[in-house]
Amino acid sequence: MKKNFAKTVSWIYLAVVLFVLYAPIFCIILFSFFNTSLFSFSNGFSLEAYASIFTSDKAPELWRAIGNTFLIATVSAVVSTILGTFSSIGIFSLGRKTRRLVENVNQLPVINSEIVMAVSFMVFFSTLGFPEGYLQLFIAHIAFCTPYVVLNVMPQLVQMDSNIYEAALDLGASPMKALTQVMLPMLRPGIVSGFVLSLTLSMDDFIITQINKGTTTGIETLSTFIYSDARVKGMEPFWYAVFSIIFVVVLTLLLIMNLKKVSKKEAKNEKV
Amino acid sequence: MKTNNLIVNDNGVPRELKKRREKFRLNRKVFSYPYMLFLLVFVVLPLVMILVNAFLVDGQLSLGNFVDFFTQKTSLQVLGNSLLVGLVTTLLCLIIGYPVALILSKMDSGKILVLFFVLPMWVNFLIRTLATKTIFESLGVSMGMGTVVFGMVYNYLPFMILPLHTTLSNIDKSYAEAAKDLGADEVNCFLKTTLPLSVPGIISGITMVFIPTISTYAISELLSERTIKLFGDSISLKFNNDGAWGVGSVMSIIMLILVIVSNVLINKFSDGSTSNKGRNIW
Repeated sequence: MKKNFAKTVSWIYLAVVLFVLYAPIFCIILFSFFNTSLFSFSNGFSLEAYASIFTSDKAPELWRAIGNTFLIATVSAVVSTILGTFSSIGIFSLGRKTRRLVENVNQLPVINSEIVMAVSFMVFFSTLGFPEGYLQLFIAHIAFCTPYVVLNVMPQLVQMDSNIYEAALDLGASPMKALTQVMLPMLRPGIVSGFVLSLTLSMDDFIITQINKGTTTGIETLSTFIYSDARVKGMEPFWYAVFSIIFVVVLTLLLIMNLKKVSKKEAKNEKV
Repeated sequence: MKTNNLIVNDNGVPRELKKRREKFRLNRKVFSYPYMLFLLVFVVLPLVMILVNAFLVDGQLSLGNFVDFFTQKTSLQVLGNSLLVGLVTTLLCLIIGYPVALILSKMDSGKILVLFFVLPMWVNFLIRTLATKTIFESLGVSMGMGTVVFGMVYNYLPFMILPLHTTLSNIDKSYAEAAKDLGADEVNCFLKTTLPLSVPGIISGITMVFIPTISTYAISELLSERTIKLFGDSISLKFNNDGAWGVGSVMSIIMLILVIVSNVLINKFSDGSTSNKGRNIW
């Protein structure tokens, strides 16, 4: 009896916390169908908010911002993944002291708060007279994404059986061939998760982009555009629709990815 | 003749092959050089520049910026506000998050359920904050300290639940069982075994909430109608609007020291088993 009671209370507690966590998300999605900027049903059900994604005068800017977000994320994720993977292999064969030093510096962008990273880039770029624009953003994004690639590839290298690689060399593979056909495939899980993480981090970034996008370039990513528009003009129905789509896309993607991962892990555990 | 062709060393590996291997192993270091240079130029140098700026006043070496920061009323107010919001948020996250993590760690389906608690954090924080703001506005709640703290807790609760859940579900269940076998009741068993064993998770949860809370940019601005400024907002204002790079740099350094201290704390308590998990969430 007592145990059942405790269980019920636990469930209720979890449900309440989940409810609060998801309430804003559900409210936005619900009211996105009522073409309102303050939660009200008075305008009746309509898809006008969704139509405004294409028809509003903000639409071209929105699409440009989405394009920029994907451009910056793709470029920095690709460069970070290549840079991070090869440097992991390099770092792995460094002497112990140097390796430790490089790994610690690599940790800096991970632990540092974003605002300090952002202003340090700004000071750096403006002191050296870097031209404002995409190049700055690419560099900044690569600088905060690559450490995560290294962090994902490193454990894979540690786990890897180095005999397999040596065997390839013994069997006559050239070092290059052994690298591309033996080592890289073995590192693949780490490389892939590093890439995906870089992509997500870059797309999700707001602070570093906001501070380094420059004042004259007019470059906006999705998050900086949201900040500059929704903060000033408030939440117009347009934003309800945009946010709803983002919520649904992000949440389903992550749910699918993670449930797959969990079930894979469970399958593995059962085998063992 | 034969031995001439295959000079075998101690391990039974032909010397020539071994040489080739070693040469390549040596060469592989080269792969890290571009990234070392990259880190030096784009990570270390910018931070050094901040450090230099903190000690520069009108091109002269001085401690003026530090004096300015610690004597200006506005900047002390920012510091006070940040510490207050940071402490309250962290405490609330711990009070709300610990039971969640504890319940989840006892459930069979906890590993899947915890996903639902951390999923929202992958939606950009601006979007979530604007959504909360809209709720407050439509309910007619006036913006101020209360709404800021709510927004922070809402944003950073997952960062508390995740490390706590990882630590709690990794605790060997036999400890609790042993405590109960030896006669401890439910409460004592928790206080004397589970709670002490979860300290690493608590520490990393606390730093993962506290640091982002005080350094965040835009959340407090949005949820207080610009009346409450925290460290992060203030740093960006100093650099962008006020042109006060010196004082901004001092604040950045204070932030950086906080970050490093908290990381040393995490590492000290967690022997490396949980500290990275929280950051590399999936």
